[in-house]
Amino acid sequence: MQPLIIAGHTFTSRLFTGTGKFSSLQLMEAALLASGSELVTVALKRVDLQNEADDMLQHLHHPSFRLLPNTSGVRTAKEAIYAAQLAREAMETNWLKLEIHPDPRYLLPDPVETLKAAEELVKMGFVVLPYVHADPVLCKRLEAVGTAAVMPLGAPIGSNKGLKTIDFLEIIIEQSNIPVVIDAGIGSPSDAAKALEMGADAVLVNTAIAVSKNPVIMAQAFKQAVIAGRMAYEAGLAPAHKEAIASSPLIGFLD
Amino acid sequence: MSSFKNIFDQYNWNEIKESIYAKTTADVEQALHTHKRTLEDFKALLSPAALPYLEQMAQLSRQLTQQRFGNTMQLYIPLYLSNECQNICTYCGFSLDNKISRKTLDHSEILQEVAAIKKMGYDHVLLVTGEASQTVGVDYFKQALQLIRPHFANISMEVQPMDEAEYKELIPQGLHAVLVYQETYHREDYKLHHPKGRKSNFDYRLETPDRLGRAGIHKIGLGVLIGLEDWRTDSFFTALHLQYLERTYWQTKYSLSFPRLRPCSGGLPPKVEMNDRELVQLICAYRLLDQEVELSLSTRESARFRDNVVKLGITALSAGSKTNPGGYAAAVSSLEQFEISDERAASAIAGMLREQGYEPVWKDWDAGF
Repeated sequence: MQPLIIAGHTFTSRLFTGTGKFSSLQLMEAALLASGSELVTVALKRVDLQNEADDMLQHLHHPSFRLLPNTSGVRTAKEAIYAAQLAREAMETNWLKLEIHPDPRYLLPDPVETLKAAEELVKMGFVVLPYVHADPVLCKRLEAVGTAAVMPLGAPIGSNKGLKTIDFLEIIIEQSNIPVVIDAGIGSPSDAAKALEMGADAVLVNTAIAVSKNPVIMAQAFKQAVIAGRMAYEAGLAPAHKEAIASSPLIGFLD
Repeated sequence: MSSFKNIFDQYNWNEIKESIYAKTTADVEQALHTHKRTLEDFKALLSPAALPYLEQMAQLSRQLTQQRFGNTMQLYIPLYLSNECQNICTYCGFSLDNKISRKTLDHSEILQEVAAIKKMGYDHVLLVTGEASQTVGVDYFKQALQLIRPHFANISMEVQPMDEAEYKELIPQGLHAVLVYQETYHREDYKLHHPKGRKSNFDYRLETPDRLGRAGIHKIGLGVLIGLEDWRTDSFFTALHLQYLERTYWQTKYSLSFPRLRPCSGGLPPKVEMNDRELVQLICAYRLLDQEVELSLSTRESARFRDNVVKLGITALSAGSKTNPGGYAAAVSSLEQFEISDERAASAIAGMLREQGYEPVWKDWDAGF
């Protein structure tokens, strides 16, 4: 399988994970390890930056995990830039999952503020992975300002509804010169497999693992689904047909 | 300027009450099986007709809550700054006509309280006062926020309603959320319970969330004091208010509380009793109406009740609370607002949550935001 490269960093796993909603930090750690994930996103607001012994960070201290701080909770570009600087200092990484959702109900990303913040943060030396709606034009605009990837949503975050935006995701994948990570709404391993089969470079999964009755086993299931989906993509899927096609019903007379 | 009053005035209390009590089994079943629930569905779920469906409601409520909020529970604690009050409220220990000595914390007392609360592990704090705008007004709050902000990730307030300009002054000082309970949406009875003081102005209170929304607050808490009037009708109006606010101030988050009247010094007994079964019904009905709203439960409720309902839709708990200014360290024997029921320490509540498969969350915001 081809490795995934983002901003010069090579990932062997195409499953990115989140850290919210787990019933304990021990379980979170076990599930993330079982997922084989190498990129783990952490909400800055959940971490006590003044405290080096912060519980959450203690449980994420593994050589296999690269931390991806996220700006969840901010409502504007200005707040996001401030949060990014805090995160860079405290977590010692210039990687950032940029999420600006002024709407606390469905947590839908603000395209205007996101583009503004992305442009600024790239100039400040951040590796920016923006969470956005499945908007192909916005994804091209973000690519143009220098984001390291784009993270369009499959469905509202936490909804487990699957790839509701599939037609737009296909366009984004087709047009993108940077990695496309499908971020929200992935509810089951089959959704993840489907995303990878379509050519998405990776998926980010949180709720579906954290809220499962058995997060460790569910993490393993996602791990395998992502591998299967990617293998199928690399192998090249045979085209699907609604009806069986006889060998040459129309031009058989030419033989 | 548009406000909730324009909508509220179109409703008649008695008609709403009758329509809730007229809901049938068929209405309840429809409400349970639909995907996006309306206020009519909510009425059915609130109605006596829904009581036989409580187990099913609880299952659904739990599932919806878990999907949205995961297996986590936010913990917060009240910090009472003052029990001075110019209002007469028939149900409250701080009422002006309750002849007790009054206390407002000064700066050093506030810092003593902060230190005691921090020791318990808290990072989210709720500041509470009576209503004494001369001594405990916007300037006092501003100074209190400046003192407290360096110590907490998230600060909420439950104090007298203020003007939009005053909220705009306090928000940049770190004010994240404001809780303002209407107490009751029954206009006439509201007058009886609040005969004197600024609080007797029903409309000013009713429009407070609008002023907060316009000021750009992050979170608004709504609720009624259960026991003053028919809780079903009052809860319908709470939901109506919530839906209006969600549409109008879409960048703001909302939380609901459902405090049942507790005994207090000089207070009236409740006019309307709500039993445990009915409170569970209300919690589940709120969740089935709104998957995203935060539902908060205080130490007014008993330990046994709290242990059992944390799984049914609640997303935030207080613990180890004192309801008197200075109660944690600075003036432990001052007058309390009401008697709490669950007296367990924060660490015991955290242990109870872990045992039930919940991760207690102490910090879910950053003072820098």
